[in-house]
Amino acid sequence: MPAAVKLENVVKRFGALEVLKGISFDIEAGQVVALIGASGSGKSTALRCINRLEQIQSGTIEVCGHRVEDPALDPRSLRQDVGMVFQSYNLFPHMTVGENVMLALKRVKRMDRSAARKVAERVLRQVGLAEKIDNYPEQLSGGQQQRVAIARSLAMAPKVMLFDEVTSALDPKLTGEVLRVMEDLAKAGMTMVVVTHEMAFARRAADKVIFMHQGHVHEVGDASILTTPETPELREFLDHDL
Amino acid sequence: MGDFSSGHMIYLLNGLMWTVLLSMLAMLLGGIAGFAVMLARISQRRWLRRISLGYVQIVQGTPLLIQMFLMYFGLGVAGIEVPALVAAALAMMIYSSAYLGEIWRGSVLSIDNTQFEAAETLALTRWQSLVDVILPQALRIATPPTVGFTVQLVKNTSLASVVGFLELTRSAQVINNSLFEPFLVFGIAAVLYFAVCYPLSLWSRILERKLNAGRRQA
Ligand SMILES: Nc1ncnc2c1ncn2[C@@H]1O[C@H](COP(=O)(O)OP(=O)(O)OP(=O)(O)O)[C@@H](O)[C@H]1O
Ligand SMILES: [Mg+2]
Repeated sequence: MPAAVKLENVVKRFGALEVLKGISFDIEAGQVVALIGASGSGKSTALRCINRLEQIQSGTIEVCGHRVEDPALDPRSLRQDVGMVFQSYNLFPHMTVGENVMLALKRVKRMDRSAARKVAERVLRQVGLAEKIDNYPEQLSGGQQQRVAIARSLAMAPKVMLFDEVTSALDPKLTGEVLRVMEDLAKAGMTMVVVTHEMAFARRAADKVIFMHQGHVHEVGDASILTTPETPELREFLDHDL
Repeated sequence: MGDFSSGHMIYLLNGLMWTVLLSMLAMLLGGIAGFAVMLARISQRRWLRRISLGYVQIVQGTPLLIQMFLMYFGLGVAGIEVPALVAAALAMMIYSSAYLGEIWRGSVLSIDNTQFEAAETLALTRWQSLVDVILPQALRIATPPTVGFTVQLVKNTSLASVVGFLELTRSAQVINNSLFEPFLVFGIAAVLYFAVCYPLSLWSRILERKLNAGRRQA
């Protein structure tokens, strides 16, 4: 079986600044991968390259059969297979929760309103927010907004989901409710790449941990590397993080 | 000594009607062209951004009066005879397209880029993202300055008098030429302009206040 996500020697530069210095890793379908590393190590950039929010300078990225680095690729066909959830939720404030979820179903999947509504109800139930469908984002707590953002992404039935520090803006109680939703997703077999500082979550849910350091993949392993790191850099990172 | 009669008043009101009509035409045509200018200014194609920026700078860097002359006499020299209303409306369309395009571009850019990213991540096209996600939010921000610009536009229609278009200012001139009562005649014209502009600026200010109140809550 081919990998769901495969990066090979990926280089990403912003002007003269080389942020990804030839990184490689692969993720099998159904795996949950925790991407960890210090601030500025290139985690977000790696994630954004995977759904081509950023274009890479060299190397290859393959996602569910799409050649991401190919300039001829239509990013929309890629993005139908790849969902993304951001730290700042990025819900559309002028739309209700339901409309947020239904927008892409109607515009991209060309569903009619009632079909889209059914999907929205289902995914909102999945994240425990069925009763909020007609509320506006500003009426929801941060944790609830983030769960809506997850539902919005989930509604498109992606094959891979990318999470960029989705609980960093939340207090511990709200963090818990978001992480539970993500663990449910993981159990249901979703392929997930999770940039996170929640080491407890990474230990529980991650099949694979990738430690990034100064634009390189510095250490890779299963969740046990979080308790018994091999490299001094990862050890130091873990010590500081606790 | 001529007396200001109800006939004169009707003549002025007729001028006012043309002023309002010209304003509406300028706003409608300028709005359509201004939308295109906005699109070009935020385009991902560099040459389109360059050309549209040049257009805006040229239009904003020259007096409307000159644009009016160029349109009226220029078209005439080119062998295209147009009524004064058409020449004036075209000149004002170009004039407002540059200003509206800039106002709207600023409103669109004031919406956080993460909204664009969230939409494109959901596989929406750039156009869909703009229409469904960005523009509805930008609209709230754009409305007060747009209404404010409309007030300027109404007053600037008075420049159309120079190409012989019989709007309010020109009508007042014509009456004054026979009555020689400048204070009275132009005073009434001023009141009529004010009657159109004041409600607009009031509306603009109310919108502005609402917007600020909404921002404070958020
Ligand atoms: N659009 C950009 N233009 C220029 N530099 C950028 C851009 N995006 C990121 N960078 C730089 O790339 C480097 C890596 O950024 P990135 O956001 O990938 O780090 P990160 O690992 O996600 O960090 P954090 O934990 O703080 O989110 C940083 O030095 C950052 O300043
Ligand atoms: Mg980051």
